[in-house]
Amino acid sequence: MTTRVISGKAVQVNEEGFLLSPDEWTQEIAIEIAKEEGIPELTPQHWKVIEWCRQNAVNGRSPTLRQITAGTGISTKEMFALFPKGPAKKVAHIAGLGKPEGCV
Amino acid sequence: MANDTRKMAFICSKGTLDMAYPALVMGWAALGNGVDVTIFFTFWGLDIIRKSRQDHLEIAPVANTSMKMSMMGIHADNAGIPNAIGVLPGMTALATKLMKDKMKALGVPPVSEYVQMLVDGGAKLYACKLSVDMMGLKPEDFVDGVAGIVTAADFIDMTEGAQIIFI
Repeated sequence: MTTRVISGKAVQVNEEGFLLSPDEWTQEIAIEIAKEEGIPELTPQHWKVIEWCRQNAVNGRSPTLRQITAGTGISTKEMFALFPKGPAKKVAHIAGLGKPEGCV
Repeated sequence: MANDTRKMAFICSKGTLDMAYPALVMGWAALGNGVDVTIFFTFWGLDIIRKSRQDHLEIAPVANTSMKMSMMGIHADNAGIPNAIGVLPGMTALATKLMKDKMKALGVPPVSEYVQMLVDGGAKLYACKLSVDMMGLKPEDFVDGVAGIVTAADFIDMTEGAQIIFI
């Protein structure tokens, strides 16, 4: 556990850089982490996923990819286009949540 | 960037319901971690990507020493299902139904949906040419998303640097 300053705000993160408390998250932090994850700009579709995940997090953990596709109506293909290389994990990181738990 | 991406390749050689899932689950987990995934279906593993078969995979209790009476809802500690019972008509269908029900209760998708998820997630799926020829199959027997029918040598070429998992 370490403290990191993201977008001018000091937040607690774990060894993988995930925020420890979803309450410390801000939209500015999301934009900054997205850039680090290789997503230069967050579109309305990105925000739709981020917000849905924050609303549906259980114990601070982000939903799995299959839960996201079922819940938002956004296809698996589009999720991999929006958040390339590990969509559920990237969304969790950007949304200030813990990694999803579960195999599907 | 492209060079430092971790690569995993799965070889699916079995066509029973229990042996179909390992590559699907691990392949999906790998895609979720940004890993490049290639799956090579050979021999009975071809059933996993055959249109007419993929949702009809089965698990037989006969000679399956890991399948216990307790899985059938009968509390008998470690007692296995006697082969003499396993051979009765309907026992394979019953065991298959029990496994499918358990998977469904856990939110695990059926094989066809799982394969589609992997394709949508960017996994590259190939059928083994020798097995396809041996079984007299055609490209149209396979589900959409199967990238091609290739030889073992092609598979070895395309998985250079990958971690290979044989199932």
